[in-house]
Amino acid sequence: MRTLLEKIWDDHVVVPESADTPAVMYVDLHIIHEVTSPQAFSTLRSSGLGVRRPDLTLATMDHSTPTVPGRTFHDLAVVSESASKQIRQMESNCAEFGIDLHGYGSANRGIVHVIGPELGATQPGKTIVCGDSHTSTHGAFGALAFGIGTTEVGHVLATQCLLQRKPRTLAVEVDGVLPHGVTAKDLVLSIIGTLGVDGGTGHVIEYHGTGIRALDMEERMTVCNMSIEAGARAGMIAPDTTTFEYLHGRPYAPQGADWDAAVARWTSLATDAGAVFDRQLTLDARTLQPMVTFGTNPGMVIGIGDPVPEDGDASFRKALDYMRLTPGRPMSTQKVDIVFVGSCTNGRLSDLVQAAALLRGRHIADGVRMLVVPGSQRVKNEAEAIGLDRVFTAAGAEWREAGCSMCIGMNGDIARPGQLSVSTSNRNFEGRQGTGARTVLASPATAAASAIEGRVADPRPYLAH
Amino acid sequence: MEALGKFRARTVVLPTRDIDTDQIISARFLTTTSREGLGEHLFHDLRFDAAGLPRPDFPLNRPDAEGCRILVAGNNFGCGSSREHAPWALLDYGFKAVISTEIADIFFNNALKNGLLPIVVDTATHRFLLDNPGIELIVDVRDTAVVLPGSRRVTFPIDRFAKYCLVEGIDQLGFLAQQLAAIESFEQERAWKP
Repeated sequence: MRTLLEKIWDDHVVVPESADTPAVMYVDLHIIHEVTSPQAFSTLRSSGLGVRRPDLTLATMDHSTPTVPGRTFHDLAVVSESASKQIRQMESNCAEFGIDLHGYGSANRGIVHVIGPELGATQPGKTIVCGDSHTSTHGAFGALAFGIGTTEVGHVLATQCLLQRKPRTLAVEVDGVLPHGVTAKDLVLSIIGTLGVDGGTGHVIEYHGTGIRALDMEERMTVCNMSIEAGARAGMIAPDTTTFEYLHGRPYAPQGADWDAAVARWTSLATDAGAVFDRQLTLDARTLQPMVTFGTNPGMVIGIGDPVPEDGDASFRKALDYMRLTPGRPMSTQKVDIVFVGSCTNGRLSDLVQAAALLRGRHIADGVRMLVVPGSQRVKNEAEAIGLDRVFTAAGAEWREAGCSMCIGMNGDIARPGQLSVSTSNRNFEGRQGTGARTVLASPATAAASAIEGRVADPRPYLAH
Repeated sequence: MEALGKFRARTVVLPTRDIDTDQIISARFLTTTSREGLGEHLFHDLRFDAAGLPRPDFPLNRPDAEGCRILVAGNNFGCGSSREHAPWALLDYGFKAVISTEIADIFFNNALKNGLLPIVVDTATHRFLLDNPGIELIVDVRDTAVVLPGSRRVTFPIDRFAKYCLVEGIDQLGFLAQQLAAIESFEQERAWKP
């Protein structure tokens, strides 16, 4: 009796672990981007090594790329000379080592964790790594997917393998279906609030239960994406018909007879009845409400109507001072300066649909700036095909090119010191969205409601039953 | 990577919990294509004010922090992103070890691969270190122990292979590259191909 993690682990052990050495684990898909790969390519060059499996390497550019709207790719203004150099170096590294790059001008370019799934490269049972902690996203397909550092990016480029110890397992069961107006983002924020930002350290989370089965693939990706915010390197969900329907016909997905064989193999991956996890947690989805963060990590989170809590701890007080918040008052009293809809957490088509549903026929409040940044070029094209760009621009929001944008603020898309940003991204760390910027994490629906009202707002009154 | 055996150094204390990688090295400094020179940006927004002047109350800016090579931090140090720029910045600044009650997984791994020693201690030892900034410790990697003033010895957990690599100054890529035959046969023999 084995868990989903154990089955995938066993399938990828090249050399078993011992007391003296970790296991050599094979990597089926390595995704690289411009920020965490240049030093790894330098190591290859100085060691005289090549890329072992360029065919299993998916490359794109997303972090330091500009998202300025209404230009052609060729004349986009890059934020700095160093960012420009990083982008050019990604192009030359991929050319030199024979890796296909989904770069500027490619219809496939986008955030690493958006394009892997939408191309069908992300598949159940695979081991997937990337020099980015939100690689946990891909676990939504029943893959073992986690972020690695640049040294390990070099290891995978050179050998297609990593040295790993088998992680411990944590089962998170979600009972019941989310109420109307409560989203996958609210669910995962609740889970992080319950576990704490270090509750998953050393573990891989497997999400299961009726509440997880009811989620579509994009919602499952939102949940797995933020596993790292609870300290877990990976989050995973057993594949099912929802997974197979999503993948069917995608460019990198198996075709024809290979497809049937793949589905049979994928079906056998689910955790066996009676398999044992190291730890367990159960949540009731039916009792959840829209969630917003109030502090400077994703575990500092409350329901939209709840007051900001009190705590005598010095780190807690430091966070509240940074956020300029007083305990006892709800977040809905907070005036909003910037709203960001996008990122690998909530930058997919259904996230944009969710935000647009509130903004259709309405306008954002005076003094609010709203950026809508599709997670990929493909998401952008699909959104434009159903007119979402016009909904956003008519509401007064900016419709921009694909990329990480304000989630990490590397490309110049930032908030000014002191500004309050309601953001659909994954981290409300100090300075994450700009020096002194104050970030409130929320769902796309809550972000849109907040843009309309100019203060942190509950989306439920806007949603027809 | 330089071999890391036994060293003696003073501590500097950052008591805050959950110090994330964005605070260690802000994303705006990640457009570099090199590993070098990140120390000047370490803890930038905590170290410097809006005018770029050192904040006198930040522990690293105090005169007695000069020459401290061990960082004692609050619980869950290094949470957040996978950026290896975080240990690069700490090493470039001059740190050789980080001590906390818990250190986030990806940061922990990245630190080990660069010769920055992540040391996890019990809460009582942590409390003592937080309350006594600037004390001199002896860190012995081979012995996996920290020696506190008064010769009190506290051991810390470390993977045997990681310890071997640290003590010998060995790059793990060399070890992996020696597994090439096993990797090739794995690729040929596996039932399905990615």
